[in-house]
Amino acid sequence: MDATGTLAEVLKGEGPRVLATLARTIGDLAVAEDALSEATITALDAWPRTGIPDNPRAWLAVVARRKALDLLRRESARAAKEAAAFRWGTGAAPDQIEEAIEAMEPETSLRDDMLRLIFTCCHPALSREAQVALSLRTLARLEVPAIAHAFLVPEATMAKRLVRARSKIATARIPYAIPADTELPGRLAAVLAVVYLIATEAHAPTGGHAVARVDLEAEAIRLARLLASLMPDEPEALSLLALLLLTSARTPARTDADGNPVILADQDRTRWNRAAIAEGSAWLSEAGTRSGGVAGPYQIQAHLAAAHSTALSWQETDWDRIVGLYDLLGSVTASPVVALNRAVAVTERDGPEAGLAALKTIAGLEHSHLWHAALADNLCRLGRTSDAAGELHAAVTLAPSEVEQRLLQGRLRKVRSELG
Amino acid sequence: MTLYVALCYYDRDHHWDSVPDMEFTPEYTEFARRATEAGVMRGGEALHPVTMSTTITVSGGKGGDVLVVDGPYAEAKEVLAGYFLLEAADLDEAIAWAAQIPAAWRGKIELRPVAPAHA
Repeated sequence: MDATGTLAEVLKGEGPRVLATLARTIGDLAVAEDALSEATITALDAWPRTGIPDNPRAWLAVVARRKALDLLRRESARAAKEAAAFRWGTGAAPDQIEEAIEAMEPETSLRDDMLRLIFTCCHPALSREAQVALSLRTLARLEVPAIAHAFLVPEATMAKRLVRARSKIATARIPYAIPADTELPGRLAAVLAVVYLIATEAHAPTGGHAVARVDLEAEAIRLARLLASLMPDEPEALSLLALLLLTSARTPARTDADGNPVILADQDRTRWNRAAIAEGSAWLSEAGTRSGGVAGPYQIQAHLAAAHSTALSWQETDWDRIVGLYDLLGSVTASPVVALNRAVAVTERDGPEAGLAALKTIAGLEHSHLWHAALADNLCRLGRTSDAAGELHAAVTLAPSEVEQRLLQGRLRKVRSELG
Repeated sequence: MTLYVALCYYDRDHHWDSVPDMEFTPEYTEFARRATEAGVMRGGEALHPVTMSTTITVSGGKGGDVLVVDGPYAEAKEVLAGYFLLEAADLDEAIAWAAQIPAAWRGKIELRPVAPAHA
């Protein structure tokens, strides 16, 4: 990695930590965010000349504090906040950054500050869109254009979304706090859902030409790692990290040399990332130990991903175990998509007749290309080629992205050629 | 401390032409008593049903023609039945109080921070 790359990595890693503490000290997330941005610009200017400081976080913290004070002074209307800023004694701040670092408070409460920041970004009073945008900007330190690009919205729209979210945090007084124990399960679920949603968008982009967005996938894993490190006793946080690692392990095999998508059954399993599978499996086992036998939805999904990742081939997959895991998942979070995936596994375990029957009992997927594609697969295996072509045609029409359209069109061509 | 208004919405069908229950039920009295004791309550009123409401528009800017129409402004499924003013440290505290207002389970509560008047 080049010097600029190393520098960017340090800023991404340390930025959220500096921000978390600064936001608590000055009581204003928007000002803290602006101050950190300015400190980052200063670092990008200074570090290539002076080298990365021994303690980059402390360096950033000191510079960001000064920038925050400048910002608060400039906004004379916010007199009360200026008074707050003076409480941390910047009136007599040492001139030298090194001296200031020495004088700083110890970072014993850093973990709590990070949790405050995370729970604020994912507060239920913010829309899910806003939670995602804030998490990527604030916790993953992605720039606005990168976030806009990831979700295929114009930069101005994304910028406005972030401004509105920060303004709601300030005006409606969303607290910078760790939720009370009684609220924690629900609030934690919201945080995990945000990271899961980012990973889903990375894994199956809703628009555009790419099979997967590797950058966004890496950001989702980075966030999941952060949550797992901050909440090592929460089995679902560990399970989410396991799930994302196990799923991302397959990304290299999901496209062929020409960039076309390759479905799981046809993937070259030697291209799977073995290190990611091993790490994901280790986190999953840790999560299992912590959950005391009651698996949450992410843990069950991670077990499903692991069952695929450890199978030697599609044919040698333990379909009985997979059907069982989908039954379990369906009992925790009943959804037609879970039922659909279960039906696909039933086909492999019990044959197309049983798979077809399972698919036909699912209501509410008439507009899902995946349901029609699964019906087509079973019909094909039963030799009902003409019916299969009809279902595939419906699937092509309903496919949400060009990538999936291409994949289904290929299958449709194959089926039609059999029809002659 | 921040001042919030808790707007109490009821389903239109259940709050169309009967007098609202807000002032009268023991549940509301109980909520008001506790919120007052906790120093959170800063006021509140029940409203008559929307059949009693009148919508006013002045066309063509200030001083223009006054247009008066019977009924509420919006043909919404839910109608405003009353409000409370609650003073709380932050949104989480305000949410905890709003969740104790009977309208929260009989209808819905919209919680909004009050913009301070300019001096």
